[in-house]
Amino acid sequence: MAIVSRGFQGRRRPSDHRLPPGQYETVDFPVLSAGPTPRVDRDTWRFSVVTEGGERHSWTWPQLMALPAERPVVDLHCVTKWSKFGTAWQGVSLDMLLAQIHTEAEFALVHAYGGYTTNLPLKDLLDGQAWIAYGYDGRDLTPEHGGPARLLVPHLYLWKSAKWVRGIQLLVRDEPGFWESAGYHDYGDPWREQRYQGD
Amino acid sequence: MARAAVSGRLGERLRWRVATLVGQREETPTTRTLVLDVPGWPGHLAGQHVDVRLTAEDGYSTQRSYSIASAPDGALLELTVQQVSDGEVSPYLAHDLLAGDLLELRGPVGGWFVWRPDQTEPVLLVAGGSGIVPLMAMIRARRQLQMQLGPMAPFRLLYSVRSPADRMYLAELQAHDPGLDVHFLYTRQAPEGWQRPPRRLAEADLAAVAWPPSAQPTSYVCGPTGFVEHAADLLVGLGQAPDRIRTERFGPTGG
Repeated sequence: MAIVSRGFQGRRRPSDHRLPPGQYETVDFPVLSAGPTPRVDRDTWRFSVVTEGGERHSWTWPQLMALPAERPVVDLHCVTKWSKFGTAWQGVSLDMLLAQIHTEAEFALVHAYGGYTTNLPLKDLLDGQAWIAYGYDGRDLTPEHGGPARLLVPHLYLWKSAKWVRGIQLLVRDEPGFWESAGYHDYGDPWREQRYQGD
Repeated sequence: MARAAVSGRLGERLRWRVATLVGQREETPTTRTLVLDVPGWPGHLAGQHVDVRLTAEDGYSTQRSYSIASAPDGALLELTVQQVSDGEVSPYLAHDLLAGDLLELRGPVGGWFVWRPDQTEPVLLVAGGSGIVPLMAMIRARRQLQMQLGPMAPFRLLYSVRSPADRMYLAELQAHDPGLDVHFLYTRQAPEGWQRPPRRLAEADLAAVAWPPSAQPTSYVCGPTGFVEHAADLLVGLGQAPDRIRTERFGPTGG
C-alpha cells in the first residue's frame, strides 16, 4: 500500500543487494542501549550456560581465551535502520561452548550484565551462526560496544546480539526478553523486516 | 532492569498510516518541526517515537525513526527533524515537504524511554542537541497535566547545545512553567556575560543540577552517542542508580 512521497528520490547505493529492506548503510558504528554502559571487570567476568534442568556450565575469562578463536567478518543490521557491512570480529563460536551440553531445549534467553535480556531459538546460536565476541577490528571490544564480551548473531537484528553478555538460559518454552516484552519481534529477521510483534 | 510494559493494541499501533503535513515551524536554522494530521492516531506516551517511511516513484523505499515532540493529548502529531547535511531523509523532510504532502508512519514505538503521568518521583532530563525532542514531549505532557490536575512531579532539564542559536523550543523553555527548572550549557559559544566558559559537559555541571540519589529520581538522557555515554557515566559516578537512568542514543555519529 506504499504511497509515493512527492519528489523523494532516495539514494540507491551499489551495495544495495546486501541491504535488507528499509535499511540504509552507515560507515560509523552507532551505539544503542537502554541505560548506562556497564563496566565489567575481566577478573570477575563469567559466562554461564544453564540448561532447562538447572545444570550450569561456566567459563572464566582465561578459560574463554584458551578456546580456539574465530575471526568472522559479517554485516550488521540494526532495527533502527542502519546496516554496517564487513565488520571484523574475534571470538569463540557458540558451537564450541555448547558442544558438550546436553539439552532438549529449543529456546535461549540471553542475559547481560546490567540486566538486559533477549530471546532467540537455540538453533540460531548453532552451526557457525553465533559467537561470544571479545575483539573488534583487531582490538579489544570496548565497553560501549559490549566489551569485554558480547553475543554476535549477525543474521538477526542487532538487539539480539546482547552486549556485556553473561549467560544463556536454555528454555523448553520461549520467553520474551527486554525489547521483545516491549513489542519487538521474537525472531527479528532483517530480510523479512521483523521489527515488531506481528511483522 | 524492569520489564517495559506498553499499553495499546500492538496490531493497531504498528499499522502503517498516511499522515498529511498541515504545518511546519523552524526551530533553529537546522531543525524544523513538522505538524502532521494522522487520522486514527492511537495516542502515545511522552518519549516514544515513530517510524517514517518514504517511497520514491520507482518503488525504492527507506525508513527512519523520529522522536515525537508533541504532548500525548494533542490532536496533531509533531516531529522535530534535525537536518543532517548529507542525509538521505532529513533534508527531504526539512526542506522539500510542503503542506498537503503525504508520508507514511507507524507507531508509537518504544516503551522504555518514556515518562508516564503516574510517575511521582523527581525527574532529571539531560539533552544533547536534538536529544531535546523526546524530552520536550515529556515537559509538554507534564505541563498539560499540571494545568488539569495540579502539581506534578518536579522536572529539571540540563540542555547542552553548541551555541545559543542551537537552542530549540527556546521561547517555550523560557516561559514560566512551575516545577520545571531549565539549565542551559554551551559547548562552543556561550551568550555574552555567561559565567561558565564554553566546554563539554563535566561532572560539576551535572552535580549542580541532578537530584540527590536519596530522592530516587529517574533520569532521562538523550543525545548523540558520545554525549549520552559521557553523561550516563557521570550520573552513575554521582551515585545515581543505573537502573533509574534511561538513555536514548542517536547516530549517525557512533563510538
